[in-house]
Amino acid sequence: MALYHSVLDLIGDTPLVDVSALSPNPGVRILAKLEGQNPGGSVKDRAAKAMMEEAEKEGRLVPGSVVLESSSGNTGIALAMICRIKGYRLTVVLPENVSTERRQLLEVWGADIVTSPGAEGSNGALRAAQELAAEHPDWLFPYQYGNPANPKAHYEGTGPEIWRDCPEVTHFVAGLGTAGTLMGVGRFLKERNPDVQLWAVEPPAGEMVDGLRNLDDGFVPPVFTDNDGPALLDRKMIVRARESIEWTRRLSDVGVFAGMSSGSAMAAAVKGAEQLDEGVMVVLAADGGWKYLSTGAWTADLDDVVDRATRLIYF
Amino acid sequence: MSVSVRLPTILRPQAGGLSEVSAEGGTVGEVVDDVVRQFPGTASHLKAADGGLHRFVNVYLNDEDVRYLAGLETPVPSGAQLSIVPAVAGGGG
Repeated sequence: MALYHSVLDLIGDTPLVDVSALSPNPGVRILAKLEGQNPGGSVKDRAAKAMMEEAEKEGRLVPGSVVLESSSGNTGIALAMICRIKGYRLTVVLPENVSTERRQLLEVWGADIVTSPGAEGSNGALRAAQELAAEHPDWLFPYQYGNPANPKAHYEGTGPEIWRDCPEVTHFVAGLGTAGTLMGVGRFLKERNPDVQLWAVEPPAGEMVDGLRNLDDGFVPPVFTDNDGPALLDRKMIVRARESIEWTRRLSDVGVFAGMSSGSAMAAAVKGAEQLDEGVMVVLAADGGWKYLSTGAWTADLDDVVDRATRLIYF
Repeated sequence: MSVSVRLPTILRPQAGGLSEVSAEGGTVGEVVDDVVRQFPGTASHLKAADGGLHRFVNVYLNDEDVRYLAGLETPVPSGAQLSIVPAVAGGGG
């Protein structure tokens, strides 16, 4: 083990572990990239660090500055940790329907939390943050959905790590939120090998979409369009809560304690593996399981957990 | 052939309050056109001026986004489920 000068230096360089024991097809290897190993507990440490360093470089952050972001949890947690280390104040707009632990972790690092209506999902949190940003032009609003530093963190970090550890990769499977991970990793891997397939996984829209009042309030992340997402992606699929939780549980059978969006990505990979002759799939496990213990995801009755998960934002 | 099409909340007022409708067609485009024919009020929500899908509308065939299959040309097998879902900010961890 090396000696690190700062927790910030622990971000990235996450392990890739073979979980092929869960593959339904002996010709298809499945590897999980464990982003829960980041110090803030999720893949979002990468984008948060990159966005903050970029703003510092541009002189838009000084000690005591206020940072504002909308987040369903992980980006907020990552920013809260980094702001605490660097001496900035953070306000996070958080939908009310996230797991208790996501809120608690924001409190650990002293973030101010503004709650947005659960029925409006991440869309509502984003809208509220945009309003707050307009009211406080002196605050730094990294805007993860549109910040080029977000995909860049994956183009320069996550992607090269995967290529270094597994150049035989044929498929990369990850959840689609801001599109930062998929765009950054996807661009990098396809530049190395254009045959690499890029698969995006989404949760069912559920209540988030029911809260939409007008189709013109719809949203496609600029990170997705700016990187020509429609051309870069090869497949996009919805994974239902039941399959996500079943595969979150299956991951624990091989010792991988990961969050529910990791189960979603794993479910998609397994479904794809059944349709392939051979391949090497890298599945992004976006966070660890710790933040979901209160949901009973591993131990409670499956029907009850599924029912609760449909009202929870876990991506 | 007839397929079931799930509609999002915001389109239901234009479809007599229904959350699911039955429509005919051999491709996604034909099915969407049949929904528009039955419920003309949905037209501006589903189609763009160029005849493609509205940019904030995603159509899923058995949970696969048709933009990454063959778009509106995607064949729709018998008994398939189409879902029309507005694009919103999802996750964003």
